[in-house]
Amino acid sequence: MNLPVIIKFVIDLLAVLLLALGIKGLSKVKSARDANRLAAFAMSLSVVGLLSYYLGTSGIAIQSWIWIIIGSIIGSLFGAILAKKVPMTSMPETVALFNGCGGMSSLLVALGVAIFPISSSVENFDFFKSLINEVSISVSIFVGAITFTGSIVAMAKLQGWLSTPGWTQSKVRHFVNIVFAVASLIAFFDLINGSTSSIWLLVIVSSLLGIGVTLPIGGADMPVVISLLNSYSGIAAAAAGFVVDSQLLIVAGAMVGAAGLILTQVMCKGMNRSLVSVLFGGSLSAQSTASSGSGEYTNITSCSVEECALTLEAANKVIIVPGYGLAVAQAQHTLREVTKKLEQNGIEVVYAIHPVAGRMPGHMNVLLAEADVPYEQLKEMDVVNPDFPATDVVLVLGANDVVNPQAKNDSSSPLYGMPVLDVQEARTVFVIKRGMSAGYSGIKNDLFDLPNTSMVFGDAKKVLNDLIGELKDLGVGEK
Amino acid sequence: MSFISLLWVLLLGSLLGLELIGKVPPTLHTPLMSGANAISGITMLAALTLIVKAEGNLPLLIIGSVSLGFALFNVVGGFFVTDRMLAMFSRKPSNKK
Repeated sequence: MNLPVIIKFVIDLLAVLLLALGIKGLSKVKSARDANRLAAFAMSLSVVGLLSYYLGTSGIAIQSWIWIIIGSIIGSLFGAILAKKVPMTSMPETVALFNGCGGMSSLLVALGVAIFPISSSVENFDFFKSLINEVSISVSIFVGAITFTGSIVAMAKLQGWLSTPGWTQSKVRHFVNIVFAVASLIAFFDLINGSTSSIWLLVIVSSLLGIGVTLPIGGADMPVVISLLNSYSGIAAAAAGFVVDSQLLIVAGAMVGAAGLILTQVMCKGMNRSLVSVLFGGSLSAQSTASSGSGEYTNITSCSVEECALTLEAANKVIIVPGYGLAVAQAQHTLREVTKKLEQNGIEVVYAIHPVAGRMPGHMNVLLAEADVPYEQLKEMDVVNPDFPATDVVLVLGANDVVNPQAKNDSSSPLYGMPVLDVQEARTVFVIKRGMSAGYSGIKNDLFDLPNTSMVFGDAKKVLNDLIGELKDLGVGEK
Repeated sequence: MSFISLLWVLLLGSLLGLELIGKVPPTLHTPLMSGANAISGITMLAALTLIVKAEGNLPLLIIGSVSLGFALFNVVGGFFVTDRMLAMFSRKPSNKK
């Protein structure tokens, strides 16, 4: 072994170690931020390791430098700008977009190697080695393409650019996807047999497969899909590692792939969905329209902001249940002002965070943290549920399915079995909502019919602003 | 590097990944997903290799460069956005305690 090889080996080893520590640290609140930086450092280190290895052995041509610099500057610049500008509410689609680009990168590498075999892969050419080469190229293209198109579709659906087409909810889609899958398999084996032209078939069909699988999935399940696609992009990276013979790529890719799989499972559990039903069950809303026939509300009480303020003023303990609607209205800052006033009056305020509040698990925590809500006031569902009977007022803001008592009481409901917040146990429940439209799942919410529930209709931000005014008039928080 | 040892690397890497995430608080699901996503942009190394080994083959240089761009978009954007999210968490407790 000569020096460059040894240096690269040591740097790679260090990078793997730091990446592992980074992922580990990211799963704990205290260490998460440092861990993220550690992982970023490890990634830069790996680049330095690779470049110094080539400088020490074959050297890097000027031409290569130019293309390296062009690619890195453009990619980094756009990435950094998007990361800085994007609002916290669109985090899920942003992650999906980044992820899709990672998949695209693996796809392009494999494509490049397939069309123009690079020197190293032909050097000691034997049957076994070329077979491995073909297989890893095919896997990289297949998984990379699915990751790319799947992520882009997920992003477009979350952004509201794409809706769920009707035919994708029928059985036809299974047939279509099976055709795509079989076609990809044929292209896959054709490619391994040495027919280079089938590479384009593989690219096209696996791209279509990514679209076909993601398109029927409803918005509520999208976080799981993004997490799964994230796992795929790790697998694509590992496959690319086989293509260019890089152990570091294989380790890091495998690590992300496996960790992503675990995270996907954790998320499924939180949403009470199985991975199979997310992937093949179609959108939740489409199934439920048939089953929830009892769709009419019979006992809706609505009340004014003033009444709501009066009740809040008299309360000792208030629990806020924020949902994605709150974030859409950009009202988390206004909400924080309301709760500040209540706190100044000696009222205990707690935020009940359902595991899937927002659009991704943990999304709501990020949004509230953005509005300076103290971390200690955010309570997880299992912690806060026993507190509801001793609570005077619950404010439900833009949340719907996660406070639906059907999930506990009605075994025929599609929501049945999903863990929910038992807000109906509280003395008074105010639901701030634009109108009577259904939640993500499209299912009627029995909570709204209960006698201790009052609806306050209006845009969350406007209602909260009015609430601040009313509380001021009542002299709340003026001490 | 022989194929068999690369397979070992794949196996051990997967096991490591399975072990790393045991219990994640729901608060961190989003940042963890986004951080892991940034790491999957490690394909930038493959793109770099492609460019270095292109030996003046222009189409290959371009493919490599575009691939590198996509990967770095993933890496840089992913780490930045994760940091932005996590900054919001770490700010609060440190002020209070």
